Amino acid sequence: MIKTFLFGIFLGLAGTAALLHYVPAVDLYREASLITFEANVGNSEVFQVNLPHDRILAGIHGQGNPTPANLQWPDDNIFAGSQAEFFKVRDRNDAVVGVASRISSTKAPSRGVIQWMLHLPARGTMFVLLGQVPAADGSRRGILRGGTGDFAKLGGVITESFIADVQDSESDAEARIQLVTRLVGPQVEDE
Amino acid sequence: MKYLVSLLLGLIVGMAVFFALLYYNPFAARTTVSSLAVSGQNLIDLSYSAVPAESIAFTNDGESIIQPHPAKIAELWEPTVKYTWASVVLLTNAMGVPAGIGFKISSESELTRVLESEALVDSVWHIYLPARGSFFIDQTENYWSYIRDVVIPARWSTGDNWRGAWNRITTVGPNALGTGRVTGAVGEFAGLEGEVVEMLTARAYSADDGPAAMIGNLSISIAAPGAEP
Repeated sequence: MIKTFLFGIFLGLAGTAALLHYVPAVDLYREASLITFEANVGNSEVFQVNLPHDRILAGIHGQGNPTPANLQWPDDNIFAGSQAEFFKVRDRNDAVVGVASRISSTKAPSRGVIQWMLHLPARGTMFVLLGQVPAADGSRRGILRGGTGDFAKLGGVITESFIADVQDSESDAEARIQLVTRLVGPQVEDE
Repeated sequence: MKYLVSLLLGLIVGMAVFFALLYYNPFAARTTVSSLAVSGQNLIDLSYSAVPAESIAFTNDGESIIQPHPAKIAELWEPTVKYTWASVVLLTNAMGVPAGIGFKISSESELTRVLESEALVDSVWHIYLPARGSFFIDQTENYWSYIRDVVIPARWSTGDNWRGAWNRITTVGPNALGTGRVTGAVGEFAGLEGEVVEMLTARAYSADDGPAAMIGNLSISIAAPGAEP
């Protein structure tokens, strides 16, 4: 019986080690990535923010109507002219795939640049810089400044568009921010 | 029958011994001094309150013991973001003066290995210092020591809380020396790159509400790519 007990201890030690080794402690849920390939452009993907529901936070210095309603945004003068927002981000099928921060400022030294940080769990994060002067159609273009995970070694162009009047019967969005990424990997020399 | 009971008892003892070895493993990471602090580089030091109720905003899936703040903020309940939490904090400089705002987004990492004393979290920061510019941070953090030394003792305590002095560097990567990456964005940080370590100092933790007294600190070294900071 002692031998059985000792064998049980060994089995318990080995079994627990095997369990912790082979069963992942974290297994994140993934939505299928809806990437399309555009010739001479790269891999294109559309992300969107449905407004107002996907806006988690909006902090604007001196404005009395923040999101959420009881948010205490810092009133230090250093934040004058800056706007910080935090959103849920969806893919083109309207499934939430991540979260994002967006910061803009009307004052130097950050004046003229809109910054996005898009975090897609299980995929990675994109650090995006956009010019503040919009194109004729109202969109803004910018670059992928850096990234992690799937986006770590990519570069390319990102376009931000604001769609004021959303015609979409499936969502209750009143407006929409759309981000279109066109990314390419680093060029690899043939041996 | 007695052999089956004996085997089951052995199994339970074996599992208990395994978890005890894992919990009391003296070789688990206990980093308290950063490689940046001893490098002699000029550092940007930013601090923030790591207590969610003292932050500007904090949100998670809404099912954690740590409640979102403020109360009406949207929760991250969707399956893809369920294991993600985000906070917006006021950053102060070394003199305690407000210097900027930081968005920190963290997700549990699939690289977590309990066997190797790793409870990994992938964290990214979007830091905006109005007078200077902004930059991004990406890092891997290990919360094993925090869970073992603060969270579990609080749950075991009869008063459901922990008080003490716990101080650790949570950053463990992705850089080789266990530092995180900094990517400059605009202003004086445009085009620059660097390294960062994040340190947490906990004084009190409640098993019912989470951190009750905890300070976070970012030590950042940033310079032109390839240049000595």
